[in-house]
Amino acid sequence: MTDSSLEVIPAQTEQPLPDAPDNWKRFFSFSTDHKVIGIQYIVTSFFFFLVGGIFAMIIRGELITPEADLLDRPVYNAMFTMHGTVMLFLWTFPVLVGLSNYLVPLMIGARDMAFPRLNAAAFWMVPVFGVILMASFLVPGGPSQSGWWAYPPVSLQNPTGNLITGQVLWILAVAISGVSSIMGAINFVTTIVRMRAPGMTWFRMPVFVWTVLSAQIIQLFGLPALTAGAVMLLLDITVGTSFFDPAKGGDPVLFQHFFWFYSHPAVYVIILPVFGIFSEIFPVYARKPLFGYKVVAISSLVITGLSGLVWVHHMFASGTPGWMRMLFMFSTMLISVPTGIKVFAWVATIWGGKLRLDTPMLFGLGGMVMFVFAGITGIMLASVPIDIHVNNTYFVVGHFHYVIYGAVVMGVYAAFYHWFPKMTGRMYSEGLGKLHFVLTLIGTNLNFFPMHPLGLQGMPRRVASYDPEFAFWNVLASLGAFLLGMSTLPFILNMIGSWVQGKPAPGNPWRAIGLEWLVSSPPPVENFEEIPVVVAEPYGYGKQEPLIATDVHSLEASS
Amino acid sequence: MSSANFDPSLDAHAPGHGADHHLEEAGNSLFGFIVFLLSESVIFLSFFAGYIVYKTTTPDWLPAGISGLDIRDPAINTVVLVSSSFVIYIAERFLHRNQLWGFRLFWLTTMAMGSYFLYGQAVEWQSLKFGFTSGVFGGTFYLLTGFHGLHVLTGILLQAIMLIRSFLPGNYDAGQVGVEATSLFWHFVDVIWIILFILIYIWQ
Repeated sequence: MTDSSLEVIPAQTEQPLPDAPDNWKRFFSFSTDHKVIGIQYIVTSFFFFLVGGIFAMIIRGELITPEADLLDRPVYNAMFTMHGTVMLFLWTFPVLVGLSNYLVPLMIGARDMAFPRLNAAAFWMVPVFGVILMASFLVPGGPSQSGWWAYPPVSLQNPTGNLITGQVLWILAVAISGVSSIMGAINFVTTIVRMRAPGMTWFRMPVFVWTVLSAQIIQLFGLPALTAGAVMLLLDITVGTSFFDPAKGGDPVLFQHFFWFYSHPAVYVIILPVFGIFSEIFPVYARKPLFGYKVVAISSLVITGLSGLVWVHHMFASGTPGWMRMLFMFSTMLISVPTGIKVFAWVATIWGGKLRLDTPMLFGLGGMVMFVFAGITGIMLASVPIDIHVNNTYFVVGHFHYVIYGAVVMGVYAAFYHWFPKMTGRMYSEGLGKLHFVLTLIGTNLNFFPMHPLGLQGMPRRVASYDPEFAFWNVLASLGAFLLGMSTLPFILNMIGSWVQGKPAPGNPWRAIGLEWLVSSPPPVENFEEIPVVVAEPYGYGKQEPLIATDVHSLEASS
Repeated sequence: MSSANFDPSLDAHAPGHGADHHLEEAGNSLFGFIVFLLSESVIFLSFFAGYIVYKTTTPDWLPAGISGLDIRDPAINTVVLVSSSFVIYIAERFLHRNQLWGFRLFWLTTMAMGSYFLYGQAVEWQSLKFGFTSGVFGGTFYLLTGFHGLHVLTGILLQAIMLIRSFLPGNYDAGQVGVEATSLFWHFVDVIWIILFILIYIWQ
């Protein structure tokens, strides 16, 4: 193929329009511009990523020796609880909502989200629940120690006898997070369904938009189940009801159903937009159309549909009857089909392409490979016999960290680099980016691979001390964790340094196709001077078709 | 959140595009509100699922000394609430025909019927011989009826806001999106009550 076909895209505005306030103070204000809100989400969540990362360093510091010599066991319990909670509710969800917020209106040719003020309100709840969660370090008894899943009866224990405990603050924080997410989901679904530019039909939407839509549908129908469980748990702790307290006739397993009915699909809330990121990035850096675009797009919705039918695989060891285990083993295996379709499509997209190994592509490729590894261990865990064997061991921890660090964090990094010029109007440093990638790749594998042999050997999770025979792999994992911690330094340096004094970026530095690349970097306040009319499918690399037309007549001619 | 949701001034951010733009925003608001209701229904479904699980698996379902619930007064309450759904529909029809006084009259009747429902529920709660902490039965009973009652109260508050707005100066044209959303919410609360009534009072 030749790049000349891309020149039919109308010329871009290279400089920000005069009315674009390029003032850093607006990032601290109650702005209703989806781009400002997007960056507010991203920066806030990255701050909490570092906080959660420090908790992880402390955990791995404890585990570098077999004895519990660094932390008391209650503090250790609080550390892994807060690590999991912060990383999920204050990093992965908000950072992806931030990216979606920034990109979706641009990608579908809208001037903003459907409800700009609701959008801002949803964002400002994130620092609020972050502060509430962190405040639990100050209450008597310290933060919750029951893990991020808050299973009763452990979460019902209240030795201090206070009304305000770490567990109560935990539930409040998660509830606010839930309200914020529901508000966001209503906004995303309304925006995507109703605010697409003329000609932006369903099958002209970028895959990223498809994946955001699919993920937000899960939020809408999954989160309320968690909310229901959280309300009942809160009543059990504060009022003295007995929904989940087995001592008073309650059923703790019911909480697990409520919890996992949302929290398993929540994995897809996180991973689906990352699939979208991969699908946006591979065609650009391979200079080829996305292979099987329609199938990739639809497979997101299929994953959404199936995601509601798999939660019991977290409960194979919770006294679940055999027939139910078989059913959920089958549905869990089934969900690997639409997921596998995506992986095959990415490989086919890259296959024979003219690869440009810039930092976003490196992170994209790295994330995809890590995800394939996570998928293999995922299928192992879906099998009841293997799951019974490795249940509650480090094998599970290794598996989901490959998903969440290997695929999601690397995918998010890929997105940061890819859209950095668009967001800031500056280019990042390629050298620092590649250093960041190498450190991340080595750190991820050194940290999380040893957890698999540890789990197979039987090392339980959530313990501060372990048998000395597990020492070798634990030392490796801890070294990997410290390396991962260090790997964020070149990234922070790169992002801040480049934003301040990077080379000015043109509107479309990657010569990519997509509406967001048609506007200046950074885009003006209302995104488009004139709402574009879309006349072709996305990813038309190598095709002699323009993506947009400026008048309606060509739209009519093309349909 | 919901009351702000269908305020058209929310979207003042976008530059004016005349009447079409206004209509589109109203449509967005109503669409968003329906999406919100769908999401909200899952909370109720979760509570219902919990109720069914407890009812079918708990050995000592009813607290000691309780033989069951009296169905007569809740049945009257149900009739009042379900009828109010028709009354609010008539109110909306008046608004569509721009007959503002008819709208106000029937709208106020809906509010009165909703308030009667809440009063009836309060009377029932006072007469009951078990509390929130009387086992899972007491817990689920008060959780379900209380959470639903909270929705009825929200509905009445929304109706009050719409009624006040109808007296304020400005263009109160037919198909007002706030009225439509409030009315949808009221039907939703009604449907939830019917399921709740069957689960708790009929299936004893």
